[in-house]
Amino acid sequence: MSWLDDIFGPWKGLLVTFKQMFRPKVTTRYPEEKRSKPERFHGRHVLNRYADGMEKCIGCELCAGVCPADCIYVRGADNPPEDPVSPGERYGFVYEINMLRCIFCGLCVEACPTEAITMTQLFEMSVTDRDDAIFTKDELLVGPDGTPNHNQPAGPLIDLDELKLADGWMRATSPAGRAEYEGVVQWSDSAGDNLSSPPRSGGDASERSSDAEGASMRSGGDAEERSDDAEGEETDD
Amino acid sequence: MEGFWLALIKVMIAFIFLFTIVIFLVWAERKIVARMQNRDGPTRAGPFGIMQTLADGMKLMFKESVTPRRAELWIYLAAPVMALIPALLIFLIVPIGAPITIGDTTYDLQVTDLNIAVLYFLAMSSIAVYAVALAGWSSGSKYPLLGSVRASAQMISYEAALGLALVPIVMYNRTASTAGIVEAQGATVFGIFPAWNVILIPSFIVFLIAGFAETNRAPFDLVEAEQELVGGYHTEYSGFRFALFFLAEYINLFNIAALTVVFFLGGWHGPVFGPTIIQYLLPVVWFLLKTFAIIFLFIWVRASLPRLRYDQLMEFGWKRLIPVSLVWILMLAITFGFQRFGAPWS
Repeated sequence: MSWLDDIFGPWKGLLVTFKQMFRPKVTTRYPEEKRSKPERFHGRHVLNRYADGMEKCIGCELCAGVCPADCIYVRGADNPPEDPVSPGERYGFVYEINMLRCIFCGLCVEACPTEAITMTQLFEMSVTDRDDAIFTKDELLVGPDGTPNHNQPAGPLIDLDELKLADGWMRATSPAGRAEYEGVVQWSDSAGDNLSSPPRSGGDASERSSDAEGASMRSGGDAEERSDDAEGEETDD
Repeated sequence: MEGFWLALIKVMIAFIFLFTIVIFLVWAERKIVARMQNRDGPTRAGPFGIMQTLADGMKLMFKESVTPRRAELWIYLAAPVMALIPALLIFLIVPIGAPITIGDTTYDLQVTDLNIAVLYFLAMSSIAVYAVALAGWSSGSKYPLLGSVRASAQMISYEAALGLALVPIVMYNRTASTAGIVEAQGATVFGIFPAWNVILIPSFIVFLIAGFAETNRAPFDLVEAEQELVGGYHTEYSGFRFALFFLAEYINLFNIAALTVVFFLGGWHGPVFGPTIIQYLLPVVWFLLKTFAIIFLFIWVRASLPRLRYDQLMEFGWKRLIPVSLVWILMLAITFGFQRFGAPWS
C-alpha cells in the first residue's frame, strides 16, 4: 500500500524525533565537565630539560625544517664553554612557535633527535592578542625543576598539570623513544641519556613491563642494559 | 479621544507581548530542537539559557550593518521594515482572550475587531511577500535573488491554498471577523465536545500545511536552504537589519499558530471556573496553551522532516492542496445551500 506509506510515513518520522526527546543528552558541558583525553593527545608543546637543568634543545632546527605549517622559528648559537646551556656544542638561542599556524601534527616531536620538544595534554591556550599566540622560549621551556610554564595563570579551564603529561605517541615512535614512556612526565635522569627509564610507580610498572620488553627488543640489547643500569641508580637514590 | 488612548494602550501591549513571545519562541525552538537531537541547547545565558535570545539580539544590535556596494539602497533599507510591519499588523486581529467587562464597559482582548479580518489577514500576508522579494532583489547579489524568487513563488502559491482553506470557515461560521469566528465555536456538541471548526478537517490540514509554507519553515524552507542558497533572501543583511527579518519570521510563526487556533481550535474557548479574575485569565491561558501546542508541532516538524525539492513543493501546492480545497469548498457550498434553501427538487 504505497499511498498508505505516503500518508503515514512522515508521522513515523515525527515519532522518531519525539522519542529522542526522552533519551539522555550526549552533551558534555565543557568547562564544568571535561572529557578524558587520549594518552597520545597532541596539545601544547614544551621544551624539556635534563634532570641536571641542562636544556635538551641543541638548536639543530630539524623541527623547524620538518614543520609543514612553517610555524617554528629556531636560531641556534654556540654554547659558551664556561657556562653551557645544553650538553652539545650548540643550543637553541631563539625558539618560537606560532600557535596560530601550528596544526599540532607532532612532526617536530618526531624529528627532534634529543626529545627536546614534546607535546602535552594542555590545549587551553586561547589569547586575545595575536602577538601572544607566538610562544617564545621563555614560555615553552620547562623550569629548572621540571615544572612547565604557561602564558596564562591556572584557572578553572587551565589545568597546568596537563602540561606535565607528555605525549605518549612520541615516546613510542620516535627513534629514541620507547612505549614505556607513555603518559609519563618527560624527564630524563642524566644529561645526554635519553634512554634511561622513566620514574615508575606501583602497578604501572607491571602493566608496562611487556611494552618495555617489546621496546627494548626494538632498540637492541645495548639499550636494555643501559635501562637496567638506570633502574639500579634510581633505587640507590 | 477615549477610543484613541484605548487603542494606543492596546497597541503598546500587543507590541510588547509579541516581542516577549518572540524571545521565548526562539529559545523554545532551540531548546526543543536540541532536545530532539539529544543535545542541551542554550544553557549559559540566564536560567536554562532563557536569556539567550536577548543576548543574541544585543549582539546583533551592536554588529556592523554591512551594505553591499551593488545594493539598491533605499529598497534595501526598507525591506526589513516591510517584513516586520505586516507581521505586527496581522496580530492586531487575533483575539487572545474573552472580552473583559469592567464597570459597564466591555474591553475586547484584541486590538481591533475587523468584520473582514480573514481578508485582512490574507492581505497582510501577501504584503509580506513584497519584503522578501524586494530584499532579495535589492541586495544586488545572486543568492538572495534566487532565494527571493523562490520565496515569492512559494508564498504566492501557498497563499492561494491558505485563502481557500479559510473559505469554508467563513461559510460555516457566517462571519469573517476573528472575534465572530471564535464566538461561533463556543457551543458544544452533545454537551461535551466543543464545536470547534476542526471538524472541517480538510480545511484544517490544508491551512496547517499552507501555514508551514507561508512561514517558510521546514519542510518548506527552501527559501533559505543553507546548502544551496547560503541564507536565502537575507544573505546580504547583517546586524540589526537581519534581526528585523528574524523577528518578523518568528512573529509570523506565532501569528500563524495563533490564527490556526482562532480559526480551527476554538480560540480562547475552554473550561472556565473559579472567581472572576481567574475567569478572565483562563481564556488567555487556554488560547496560549493551544497556540504553543501548534508551535510545538511546527518545531517538531522542523526537527524531523527533510526539505522538499522545489518542483515537489510547487506540485504539492498547485496539484494537491488547491484542488482538494476547491472540491471541499464545492461540497460544503452544496451542503450549506441545501440546509438553507432546501433541495432544489423538493
